[in-house]
Amino acid sequence: MPIAMPNLTPVMPEVVMTCVAIIMLMAELVIKRKETLGFLTILSVGLISYLLLGSAGTTFGGMFVSDGYSTFFKLIFMVNLVLTVLISPKYLQTMRINFGEYYALALFATLGMMLMASAADIIVLYLGLELMALSTYVLAGFIRYDMKSNEAAMKYLLLGAFASAILLYGTSLIYGLTGTTNLKDIAAYITNNGLAKNPLLTVSMIFFGVAFSFKIAAVPFHMWAPDAYEGAPTPITAFMSVGPKAAGFAVLGRVFLVAFGSVRADWSMVLIPIAVLTMAVGNIIALSQTNIKRMLAYSSIAHAGYMLLGIIAGTPSGLSSVLNYMFIYAFMNIGAFAVVIMLRTEGFAGEDISDYEGLGKTHPTAAALMLVFMFSLTGIPPMAGFMGKFYLFMSAINAGYTWLVIVAVLFSAISAYFYLRIVMLMYMREPKEVIQLNTSPGIGLALALTVSAVIFIGVLPSAVMDLARTAAASF
Amino acid sequence: MMVQTMNNTLGFPILSMLIFLPLVGAAVILLMQRANEKAIKMVSLLVSIATFVLSLPLFTNFDKSTHLMQFVERHEWIPSLNMNYYLGLDGISVLFVLLATLITILCVLISWESIKTKTKEFFISLLVMEGAMIGVFCSLDFMLFYIFWEAMLIPMYLLIGVWGGPNRVYAAVKFFLYTLVGSVLMLVGIIVLYFYAGRTFDILDLMTKAYPYKMQLILFWAFFAAFAVKVPMFPVHTWLPDAHTEAPTAGSVILAAVLIKMGAYGFLRFSMPLLPDASRAMTPVMLTLSVIAIIYGGIICLAQTDLKRLIAYSSVSHMGFVTLGIFALNTQGVEGGILQMLNHGVVTGALFLSVGIIYDRTHTRVIADYGGVASVMPIYASLFIVFTLASIGLPATNGFIGEFLILLGGFAANQWAGVLAASGIIIGAGYMLWLYQRVFFMEMNPKVAGLQDVNMREFITLLPMVVLIFWIGIYPNMFLSFMHPSVQHLLERVNSGGAPAVAVNVVTQILR
Repeated sequence: MPIAMPNLTPVMPEVVMTCVAIIMLMAELVIKRKETLGFLTILSVGLISYLLLGSAGTTFGGMFVSDGYSTFFKLIFMVNLVLTVLISPKYLQTMRINFGEYYALALFATLGMMLMASAADIIVLYLGLELMALSTYVLAGFIRYDMKSNEAAMKYLLLGAFASAILLYGTSLIYGLTGTTNLKDIAAYITNNGLAKNPLLTVSMIFFGVAFSFKIAAVPFHMWAPDAYEGAPTPITAFMSVGPKAAGFAVLGRVFLVAFGSVRADWSMVLIPIAVLTMAVGNIIALSQTNIKRMLAYSSIAHAGYMLLGIIAGTPSGLSSVLNYMFIYAFMNIGAFAVVIMLRTEGFAGEDISDYEGLGKTHPTAAALMLVFMFSLTGIPPMAGFMGKFYLFMSAINAGYTWLVIVAVLFSAISAYFYLRIVMLMYMREPKEVIQLNTSPGIGLALALTVSAVIFIGVLPSAVMDLARTAAASF
Repeated sequence: MMVQTMNNTLGFPILSMLIFLPLVGAAVILLMQRANEKAIKMVSLLVSIATFVLSLPLFTNFDKSTHLMQFVERHEWIPSLNMNYYLGLDGISVLFVLLATLITILCVLISWESIKTKTKEFFISLLVMEGAMIGVFCSLDFMLFYIFWEAMLIPMYLLIGVWGGPNRVYAAVKFFLYTLVGSVLMLVGIIVLYFYAGRTFDILDLMTKAYPYKMQLILFWAFFAAFAVKVPMFPVHTWLPDAHTEAPTAGSVILAAVLIKMGAYGFLRFSMPLLPDASRAMTPVMLTLSVIAIIYGGIICLAQTDLKRLIAYSSVSHMGFVTLGIFALNTQGVEGGILQMLNHGVVTGALFLSVGIIYDRTHTRVIADYGGVASVMPIYASLFIVFTLASIGLPATNGFIGEFLILLGGFAANQWAGVLAASGIIIGAGYMLWLYQRVFFMEMNPKVAGLQDVNMREFITLLPMVVLIFWIGIYPNMFLSFMHPSVQHLLERVNSGGAPAVAVNVVTQILR
């Protein structure tokens, strides 16, 4: 029996991406200037983004779906990849880890995220998740001679492996219950056979929740994040804080709202305490950090907590507010990390929060940019971060979770303290020593892009919001 | 739906221009050479004067015969959420825009020599602040209002924290966190209101709806969190003395003259018309808190040893009068409250400007470091006595009119409140005159020997305040006439849900 050629249009961006990544791996052997690889990566992202726009459809027997939802997430991954590549080269040179595999690995990780966003079947989901995770483990440990980097990779690998195992266990349970791994079929089976109250379903949902919580670094499964974020090369920290988190939310949204959509009342009971804990732990522990990468790690944990509100709301507007927030978060967070990278010079880590003292005097532009990102992360208008939070809170209140929003706004007020501390140190303290900035055209461009996006979306958020709304309505 | 707005007859979008002119000025300064401080100052001065001149048509072309919103502009902003860029002014808000544009000029002038570091950032912050302040008073969309309201935090935080006194960082963070916590609770309230009213942020639209009593009560306290912190009302006033004291002169002036007015303005614009039943029900609480603020703030003033701290606590006391008047819920009280907001802006602004002038010479705020200043700085001393007397509320100054109206209204609303509040005036006379005595008379302190009297720039800075003090004091109707229809309309709305809380004929009360 001849096997019909599957429709490749929906999966074309991924196909191209795989080819590009493999070519990069080969090209690395002959290309001496590694920046060229970065440049090629950005070019290929252009091509892939173009392919993304015309990729709608389902293929591989319903295992892979390309809809507005997945496309929006893939857009975020593209933004994440481009910004990461822009801020990387100078840092890699400074750290003497300028190897070509870096770009190939970043491409493979992004490919994994894309698969996750498009997964209509748990098998594809798992495939993507592992591809993403394995590539990111390597990237986290990229500074081979550095103990902290090794520790970061090791911790991330071990805990990530646990998460994968738990995910597989959940998958096996759900397969045992329903006889399928296709998300839509699972949903249909649950409703048709009245499985809603089946304890095994609850257990497997909890397993899924735990596994995804690892990926988005939600409390109590966040332990790896601060160490991994601190030890990893800073561009990779930026990459990890956005990409895998976005991918985690992509699958969280799809699995819980599609497969388990009919038992929302049950899983929201699990997600609500997780969200509250995540906001609490993230924001409160961030208060006491002295390392900026760790502080941003806890901040990124807290932001996952805010975003969970949108998933808990479970409505289309809740989902679109998550997409919207993730998009905004990509810009403001990577922007902040770009400033952190600039402070890194040979022999000077620049990762201590006290290194920011007097930056407003010695480097006014860098300080002003950091100020914008810090206020955006706090959620103060007219920065985009406010619009993102506002939209999240609106959808949660509309879904009836007013008390949860009150908790969220109070924690977000607490978060002001540690973001403000950076601003305070930059502008209200005298510089201890003159810090050299390690700038490059790439970082400059990344900062220009992120700061314009943060202010533009903050003032005119309509376009992104509408895009997110259409995306969320697509499944 | 009732027509609630009037078209802008000026032929140009005056409110948008007022908001964005300072922001454009800030952008221009951003692009200027850091070393060229003189040019930066000149640009700020020109922009602030231009903004003031541009705001004058609001005074001359305002139609005083109507409560409708005027100079209205409306554009779609986020259609999917029904959020609009919607601006307009009525009799309650119009004068505050003028106050803000005037005060900014004075702030630029007073900072001319006293700001020595990061000059560029200072004037950028000041102009951004002006744009946001004007935006707050003009917004007719609740979210737009909220965005301007919050956006103000950033420049104000920097003004206090970067250019302030020794304890500035603590003061700045305290200011920021207090205000932010209050504001975010209001945000939740706004969203709840939005969904209940059928997805609209349009203030005029929201006012036409009726809300269940229980919801009104909850929202009243959510809004209270934001507005009471800003006023500041007892017991959430503790950020104010720190912020006022540590801020640079311009920061203190803006805080005193405009920023804290926004709290009271918030009550007038949102709490009362949107939540009339809750406002009426909460009157006793609000009156009590106001009276406590008046007396407690006054008594604390007596114990202060720091010039700016004393004036800061006097603000707590004076703003107590404002909230007392507003929550008297009668014409005299509300009009007196609004007028007193202006008066307090002028007088306390002037006092902070004056303190700034002498601080630039002596670099001390401790009252004990002064004494006998009148003999070395006679012009300064005579200006200061005008402000002191206006602050006390001497007839013929603006303070008298405002406090008199408030006491009339307050007495009608609750006799005890009126009586107790009146004692605040006596305490006020006590601490202000004592302050004057300690600083300007008595034996000359060697530290003030040889001080230069005010120069031309400083004199020009204070002059508009003197003019305003007597202008409002002698012919208050010029300003009150702006408010009549709007206040009437507001009170109709507040008192519509049953018998008016206070329907006492004030005249018979006085005659009796």
